[in-house]
Amino acid sequence: MTSDSLLRAFTLLLKRDLTLAIRHRAEILNPLLFFVLVTSLFPLGIGADPKLLQAVGPGVIWVAALLAALLSLEGIFRSDFEDGTLEQFLLSSHPVSVLVIAKVLAHWLITGLPLLVISPLLGVLLGLPGDAIMILLITLALGTPVLSLIGAVGVALTVGLRKGGMILSLLVLPLYVPLLIFAANAVDTAAVGLPVTAHLSLISALLVLSLSLSPLATAAALRISLS
Amino acid sequence: MFNNFFHKMASPRYFYNISGQLIPWIAAACMALFLAGLYYGLVKAPPDYQQGDSYRIMFIHVPAAWMSMFIYVVMAGAGAIGLIWHIKLAEVMAISSASIGASFTFLALVTGSIWGKPMWGTWWVWDARLTSELILLFLYLGVISLYNAIDDKRTAARAVAILALVGVVNIPIIHYSVEWWNTLHQGPTVTKLDKPSIHISMLIPLLLMAFAFKLYYAFVLLMRARCEVLERERHTNWVKELAETK
Repeated sequence: MTSDSLLRAFTLLLKRDLTLAIRHRAEILNPLLFFVLVTSLFPLGIGADPKLLQAVGPGVIWVAALLAALLSLEGIFRSDFEDGTLEQFLLSSHPVSVLVIAKVLAHWLITGLPLLVISPLLGVLLGLPGDAIMILLITLALGTPVLSLIGAVGVALTVGLRKGGMILSLLVLPLYVPLLIFAANAVDTAAVGLPVTAHLSLISALLVLSLSLSPLATAAALRISLS
Repeated sequence: MFNNFFHKMASPRYFYNISGQLIPWIAAACMALFLAGLYYGLVKAPPDYQQGDSYRIMFIHVPAAWMSMFIYVVMAGAGAIGLIWHIKLAEVMAISSASIGASFTFLALVTGSIWGKPMWGTWWVWDARLTSELILLFLYLGVISLYNAIDDKRTAARAVAILALVGVVNIPIIHYSVEWWNTLHQGPTVTKLDKPSIHISMLIPLLLMAFAFKLYYAFVLLMRARCEVLERERHTNWVKELAETK
C-alpha cells in the first residue's frame, strides 16, 4: 500500500462527504440556525443591558457553539453506519484513523467553518469590542476542530445504539469543559485589553493533542461498535 | 510459570473461589480500620482552632475525594488491560468499579457541600475542586450509561474501556483548567513536599479512614465482580454445578 493511494482515498472520502453535504443543504444550515437562535435567546432571557451582555457574551457564544456542534455530531457516522459504508471503511486496507481524519475534516468544513463565518455578527449583536471579536474568531478557528475531533470518539461509541443522542451529550460535554474555559476566558481577557497568547497556546495544545489521539480512539471505538 | 499464574488468576472460576475466601478477611480489616478511624477522628482528635468540630467531616470527605480519582484510574487501567490482552476478568473489574467510583464522587460532593455551608456560608460555590469533582461525576455517569445502553456486555465493556481511557487523558486537563479558572478551596495539606501542614493527631485518623475506604472499595468491588462473573458465565458448567450444589 503506497502513501499515494492513501492520499487518494483521503481526498475521495473528503470530496464525497462534502458533495453529500452540499446536496443536503439543511445539514449545513440547521446547526448554523441553531447557533444564531440560541445566542439571540440570551438577551431575551437575561435582559438587554449592554454591560451585562458584554460580560456574558463570550461564554454565551461559546456555549451555543458547543451545543450546535453537539447537534450535528451524529451526522459524522450515522448515515454511513446505516447504509453499511462504515463497514467497508473498516474492511479497506487503509488505516482507519486516517479515514476518520477525513470524515472529521469534512464535518468541520460543513459545520465548524460556517459558525466561524457568522460569529462576528453575533459578537456585534452582544456588543463585544472589536479586539474581542478578533480573538473570538481565533478561538473558534482553533477550537471548533477540537469539538469535531472529541465528538467523533463519542459518536463512534454510540453509533450503533438506538437512543444514542442523550448518551452522546453525557459522554462528550464533560470533555469539552477545558476548551470552553480557555476559549471563553481568552475572549473575556481580550475584551479588557489584556494579552491572550497563553490562552491561545493552550487551545492550540488541545488541538494538537486531540488531533493526534482522537482519530486512534475513534478508529478503535468504531471497530468495537461494528463488531 | 509467571504466565501460568496470571492465566489461573484471570480465570473466572478461580477468581470466584479465591475472592469468596478473601472477602470475610477484607471486610473484617475494613471494619476494624473504620472503627479505629472514627474513634480517633471523632473522639480523640482535638477540635480545630478555627473550624471547631465541623472540620471532622473531613475524615469522610477527603478519603472519598481521594477514592473518586483513584477508582477512575483503576477503572481505566483495568479497561486497558481488558482491551489489550482480552482478559475478561479485567473487563469485569473495570465495569464493577464504575458505580462504586460514582458513589464515592457523590459522597465527596455531598460532604463537601455540607462542610461548605458553615465554612463558606453557601451550599455550593463554583470552586475549582468542587467543579472538577462534579465533572468527574458526569464522566462516571457517562461510563455507566454507555455500559447499560449496549446490550452485548462484552462489547459494552470494551466500549467503556475506550471511554475511560479518553477520560483519564482528560482528567488532568479538566482539573488544571478548572483550577486556573477559579479557586477558593483550601490548598493540599497532606501531600505537601516539605512538611504536612496538618497536625499529627488529625493526620492519623485521616490516614486510617483512607485505608478503611480503600479496603471498603476492595470489599465491594470483589462482591460486585463475583455477581458479574456469575451472570456472564451462567451458561458454563461450573456455574451450573455451583447452583445445583447450593
